[in-house]
This record gives sequence, C-alpha cells and structure tokens, in this order.
Amino acid sequence: MTEIKTIESTEQELVEEFLVFEDIFDKFGYLIDLGKDLKPLDDSLKTDNHMIKGCQAHVWLYSELKEGKIYFQADANADYAKGLVAMMIYVLSGHTPDDIINAPLNFIERIGFKSMLSMKRAGGLESMIKQMKLDAVVYKAKG
Amino acid sequence: MTLTKEIEKTSSFDIQKIRSDFPILLRTMNGKPLIYFDNGATTQKPKQVIDAIVKYYTGQNANIHRGVHRMSQDATDEYENARITIQKHIGAKHEHEIIFTRGTTESINFIATTFGKNFVNAGDEIIVTEMEHHSNILPWQTLCEEKNAILKVIPITDTGELQLDEFKKLLSAKTKLVAITHVSNTLGTVNPVKEIISIVRKKYLPTGRQVPVLVDGAQSIPHLKVDVQDLDADFYCFSGHKVYAPTGVGILYGKEEWLKILPNYQVGGGTIKTVSFDKTEYEGSPLRFEAGTPNIEGGIGLAVALDYINAIGLENIAAYEHELLAYATEKLSAIENLQIIGTAKEKASVISFVVDGIHPLDIGMLLDAQGIAVRTGHHCTQPLVAHYQIPGTVRASFSFYNTKEEIDIFSNAIVKSIQRILK
Repeated sequence: MTEIKTIESTEQELVEEFLVFEDIFDKFGYLIDLGKDLKPLDDSLKTDNHMIKGCQAHVWLYSELKEGKIYFQADANADYAKGLVAMMIYVLSGHTPDDIINAPLNFIERIGFKSMLSMKRAGGLESMIKQMKLDAVVYKAKG
Repeated sequence: MTLTKEIEKTSSFDIQKIRSDFPILLRTMNGKPLIYFDNGATTQKPKQVIDAIVKYYTGQNANIHRGVHRMSQDATDEYENARITIQKHIGAKHEHEIIFTRGTTESINFIATTFGKNFVNAGDEIIVTEMEHHSNILPWQTLCEEKNAILKVIPITDTGELQLDEFKKLLSAKTKLVAITHVSNTLGTVNPVKEIISIVRKKYLPTGRQVPVLVDGAQSIPHLKVDVQDLDADFYCFSGHKVYAPTGVGILYGKEEWLKILPNYQVGGGTIKTVSFDKTEYEGSPLRFEAGTPNIEGGIGLAVALDYINAIGLENIAAYEHELLAYATEKLSAIENLQIIGTAKEKASVISFVVDGIHPLDIGMLLDAQGIAVRTGHHCTQPLVAHYQIPGTVRASFSFYNTKEEIDIFSNAIVKSIQRILK
C-alpha cells in the first residue's frame, strides 16, 4: 500500500488480482490467504465494543486517526471473514474520512463474491463496511 | 455390489428413478453438479408435488369452505382429503385433530399461546431439552417471561443423548408441559419420545393431573414412521417443506381432548358459525383454529408428498438413509482432525462435524465452491452448540435421493477444503 493510491485504484488492483482465478474455489482460497496475511489484532482490542457480530463469524475492528487519515486493524474468527476484512483494510486504511465516506466499494461484487456470499454472510460484510464508514463519519464530525 | 443394486435387490427402491423425480437435482451449483446435503434445512420437491401445485393453479383454484359453486366444493374436497391423508400418515384418531398451520414454528407458538393462556400460571414449570431448535425454546421462554413461569432444561450427554434420569428429577408438581424434539436437527439424535411420554404419564396419571407432551417432529417426519397414538403424544408439530412438500404449510396435531378445551389462537374468516356484535359462535376443531384463507395448494401438496414417500415406503427410506449415514460416518471418521458432533446410538441421517482449528463457515464456503450444499453454524440451536463449546458445526443431512457416490465426493471435498485452508 502506498500513499498515492486512491481507493478506486486499490479496488481495481484487487479485482485484477482475483481475475487470474477462474474457479470460485481458488478465489476463496486466495481470500483465505489474504486473511492469513492480516496483521493480528492485539487481544486487548478484541472487546465487545469493537466486535461486529455476524450470524456465524465475528469480526473485531479497531480504527484510529493519525494526521487526518484513518488506520484500521481487524481480526475475525473465520478465515473467510478475515480475508474480507483484510481486503477492506487494504482498500480503506490510510485514507481521509471524506474519501472513506465517499468510497464506492463495489470491488467485492466485481470479484464475483457477492453472489457467493449468502445474505447473512453478506450482511456481515455490509456491517463491516457500515462500521468503517461510520468510524469515518465520527472522525469527520470530531474534526 | 453397489449400494443401488443392494437396495434394488431387497426392495423396490430404485435410486435412479427416485432421482429423476426431483428435477432440481439436475442443476449445477458454482459450475459443479449439485450435491444437495442440506435436507435438514429444507427438502427438494418431487415433480409429483410440483405438478400438483401447477394443476391446482391451472384448473382448480377457488376459495374453500365457503363457496357454493362447484370449483369451491372441489377445492374444499381436495383440501379436506389432504387432511385425511395427513391424519392417516401420522396415525391420528380423528381428522379434526389435524390443524393446518404455516409450519412447525407456528404450531409450537400456537400451543405456547393457547395452552399458556389458560393453563400456565406464575411459578409453573415448562420443560424443554438442551438440544431444542430455537423454535421450541423461544415460544416457551416468552410464555415463561409473560407468566412468571420457569423454563427447565433436560441436559444432554456429550454423545448427544438426553439424560433421562435428570429429566425424571425435573418433573414436579409445578410441571405444566413438556416440549421435546423427536430428532435433533443439529446432532441427528433420535430421542426416545415414547419412553419420555410414558415417564410423564406414569408420574402424573395417578395424580389425576394431565401434563401434555408436545413433540417437535420437524426432523422426524421425513425419516421415521410416526404414529402419534402409539407415541401417545398430546401435540405433534411438523413442517411440509422438510418432508418434500411446499414451504408455508405445516401441521399441528392435537389430541381431541386438548383441542376441545384450548382457547382460540387466531380468529377471523372461516372460524365461525354465526357472528353478531353481541356474540360469536365458533366452529369446532379444526376450523375454529384455521382463521383466514389457508395455504390451499400447500396442504394439497403436502398430501401428495406424503403419498409419494409412502409409495416408496418409509421403511425403505429409513433403511437407505441409515446406510448413507453409516457410510458417511465411516468416511468422515477417517479424516484427520475431524470430529463428529453427535454420536448417539439412535440417529437420523444427519452428520455434524468440526475440524480442529478451522471455522465451520470456511469449510462450508469451500464445499459450496465445489457444488456441495451443506449448512454451517449453530443451526438455530445456540444453547446446544454452547454445550460443546464450539462456534458451530458443518452439517450434512441426507435424504433418500442422495447416494454413496455423492458422499465419496463430499468426503474428498472436505479433505481438499481442509488442505486449502491449512496451506
């Protein structure tokens, strides 16, 4: 991740990375690998108020504002959820609240996961996106 | 000798013919031939059921129980004949003991509401088991909260069987109703319902007090021959969609003696003899309990589904599904770090498992990518999953249209998924 990348260009980069996999099994496998590369979240931050509860998988999301930019950290109890949140962090972390609030975030669908993620699972992803954008709104409001 | 041939030799069970009755089995999922192992969630429908629904809407549709015209009478006859088919299927004494509902959940809510209203008071106790589906916990929990009653829970062993000695200790002078599942949707355990009811009878008959037993039959009705009189169940609930019938229709069986004294559940069209603003005179059961226009094609479809499985024979179905379960248990037991959850002696064709260090959802997603439909998670049995201190399970639930060959593919797909996750 470099500072000059826009959110849109990072989304495009991820979409292209997944293009090499024709089979959905391989796409999921790669998603799991991305999750494994996610920097572990400190256990002290895995608290209930950082938890995004899904029907089956739970995600812990932590954010902080440094010099006008938001940095996210996360963990999850399922590898697939870890992969999703890793992608979200890769796309959004290090950007300003405004950029995050306005980010289109349609790359999951473009990768071909939308149809693969059932409502409940996608609900978890949607909650993840909602929480990240909400954090951005809060940081923006705080000025 | 293949399993198919073995079955053909001993009975008229023809797996290829059966599979050809289920059009959906021909489809693919994620580009792979579909292997449908989520029958515990819902079963697929044979073309006989699909055709019956099409036939109903193509040439029979009319409202029932109220029209003088021929179409209404014919539709009424068909619907009422369906009730008789269902009555015979579960061995009920009277057809008016069969009440159409939306499904098991509504059937249980029906009893929790009506029985609870008139027969449960502060300090009374309702008994459920640790392995219940949320649908057989929440209506009772809600009732207990409303009435300041107490919910008691029969614990299970680690193999997934009810601790009957503990159950006996729970029965008290305050016990008002016992609600138990016949077959666990998560573990597959077949509970000794007949024995449990007999324990209740022995305890309370000498006292002259009636303590009814409600049986959640959602998972037993597709697999077992059920005779409500032989079980001596007071209430027996099931859903159509889990037994090859459409969604949105289910059954509440209630013993006549109870249905006579239970208050109305919902009221409205179809439940009355006469209405005035001063007084309303209601019909008897079942009409008194079936307010509004019902799911007519669902009821008809349910009878067709039961006719379909009866033509194959529930004994044949049970024997074949048992073969599948035994085969799957053997195959899955050989997979390293895989632990089967639920190892009761008596099981229906449900196999739940976890793999050390892997979330069930991750396996479920990779199986999905390989064309295999399973259920993952807590299966609406969070207290049960909590007993095992696991985040959930992967659950494969087999029907008589599944095959050993599919289980081979499934077993290999699990290994492939584990290897990919641990890579």
